[in-house]
Amino acid sequence: MSNKRTKPFSIKYLPGFTPVALVCFVLLYAPIVTMVVYSFNSGQSVALFEDFSVAWYFAAAENELVQEAALRSLIIAAFASGIATVLATMAALGTTRTKNYPGRTLIYLMINQPLMVPEVVTAVALLIFFASIKVATGYSGLAYLILAHAAFCVPFAYLPIRARMEGMDRALEIAAADLYATPWKTFRRVTLPLVAPGIAAGAMLAFVISLDDVIITEFVKSAGQDTLPTYMLGQLRRAVTPEVNAISSALLAVTVILLTAFFLLSGRNSPVGK
Amino acid sequence: MTDTSTTNARQLSDLEVRAEKERVKRNWLLSMPAMILLLLGASGPLLIVLVYSFMTPGDYSGVIWTPTVKAWFQIFFTVDIFDDTVRLADAHLTIFGRSLRLSLLTTLLTLIFGLPTAYFIATRPGRQRTLWLFLITIPFWTNLLIRTFAILEVIRNEGLINNFLRWLGVIDEPIQILYTDTAVLIGMAYVYLPLMVLPLYAAIDRFDFRLVEAGYDLYANRWQVLRRVILPIVKPGIIAGSILVFVPSLGAYVTPRVLGGGKNMMIGNFIELQFGQGRNWPLGSSLSILLLLVVAVALLFYVRAANRGGSDE
Repeated sequence: MSNKRTKPFSIKYLPGFTPVALVCFVLLYAPIVTMVVYSFNSGQSVALFEDFSVAWYFAAAENELVQEAALRSLIIAAFASGIATVLATMAALGTTRTKNYPGRTLIYLMINQPLMVPEVVTAVALLIFFASIKVATGYSGLAYLILAHAAFCVPFAYLPIRARMEGMDRALEIAAADLYATPWKTFRRVTLPLVAPGIAAGAMLAFVISLDDVIITEFVKSAGQDTLPTYMLGQLRRAVTPEVNAISSALLAVTVILLTAFFLLSGRNSPVGK
Repeated sequence: MTDTSTTNARQLSDLEVRAEKERVKRNWLLSMPAMILLLLGASGPLLIVLVYSFMTPGDYSGVIWTPTVKAWFQIFFTVDIFDDTVRLADAHLTIFGRSLRLSLLTTLLTLIFGLPTAYFIATRPGRQRTLWLFLITIPFWTNLLIRTFAILEVIRNEGLINNFLRWLGVIDEPIQILYTDTAVLIGMAYVYLPLMVLPLYAAIDRFDFRLVEAGYDLYANRWQVLRRVILPIVKPGIIAGSILVFVPSLGAYVTPRVLGGGKNMMIGNFIELQFGQGRNWPLGSSLSILLLLVVAVALLFYVRAANRGGSDE
């Protein structure tokens, strides 16, 4: 066989790897595609495709509970990602491009803590903490959810901002200072525009992470404070309702659109948080 | 060196020390708001959990402020209500066992599928690679709940798999997958797979294929090249991926709740139960701290392995 080989010997080839990878992609997409296809099913059943219809999308859009939950999700995500991005930008300014100083490791640990602690543990902790505050103050509004979301969004906003700042040329800021710019002016006119793409990426990440959250929201929310994900979880009985299927597919579409935009804007950089 | 130059040097170093102090202060001030937010919304409440784990459960919920280690004792042991004999808490141990087993199996399964996938992506030429990477990133950023629902529709009794098998005539009665440990395993492997593929891809992407060429020159076969050249070098990526999958699997809540039903609980659901119907906040707290400790050990292992491997993550 080796003598008759027509193709050149490929050093990157490993037997079986490509088929496994392709099977993997099929397995990854089959459930998602099925979900999207059946969201256009006119019938109740997910087992039988009857007719093409967008009825379930309209049903979901006209459901007041869904409208309220979606609006609540957006409000929380907007406030939480806004707060998280501002604070993460400040923290990134204080922790990058500087010699190591006492306590910097502590700051790192604190900021990245939500990435390390299992979410259910944080959720329980916040449940206990907020329960006693709710009793003491009598306030049970959205602020608890916003605070909780803002906290776990900080590392997701921080990481891309930090990455951007570390890759930045210090000389430009030094030049600005040489030209008698005040520190604030240097920040406003030089640093900020240069870091802006990182801040935008961080804010977007934080927004998506807040929008997707289930566990912490489920534990912290007061009665009648469902977000879209907790509403969907609450609707689950033995199967997923066609309405929830339609909401899922719509959210999936939003994810795909945002990601495509992100990929096209950032070119080679992949929007991988880690 | 003359006297004046030393004085000047000293003055200069004094100035430097003061400037350095200013800088540290400024850095701390800039980081402070984020620290306060995280103290209120993440770290601080964990201390309350620690305190609660040493309290007595209240009648309906909450705690009574009488210190006790009973909650910690309850994690592993139960006292017979009739004759006061102490026995191992089998029900609890079953849940811990299931959590550990399913998390390890999930890690293994995602590694078996994830390594060839990451390798496949990393060895695609230029623009094609971006496309495949994009295809992995979409599920990664899709809401975990949505992906769990999608897999639920595939494995339930009237779902895709069972209908297909019935249509083929292989089975008459649907195979019960949903609400079993297998369902939770399939679900977790499905939702956490991208977490394995991405760090593996990063490691293989940096891999220098001239080493493989050298291996072949030295008469290695495909298997030897994989085992003796590629795997040792991408090991940090394997460890990173394994930790990234293992840690959220161990604390999983949504997937076992949706696919495991009420019976096949994992530790995350068991913790929730203590704060809901169980009305045993101290037990829930001690379980949370225990979970936290296990995760901390796993992360420490990861940090040590990463440092040894010279990885920059």
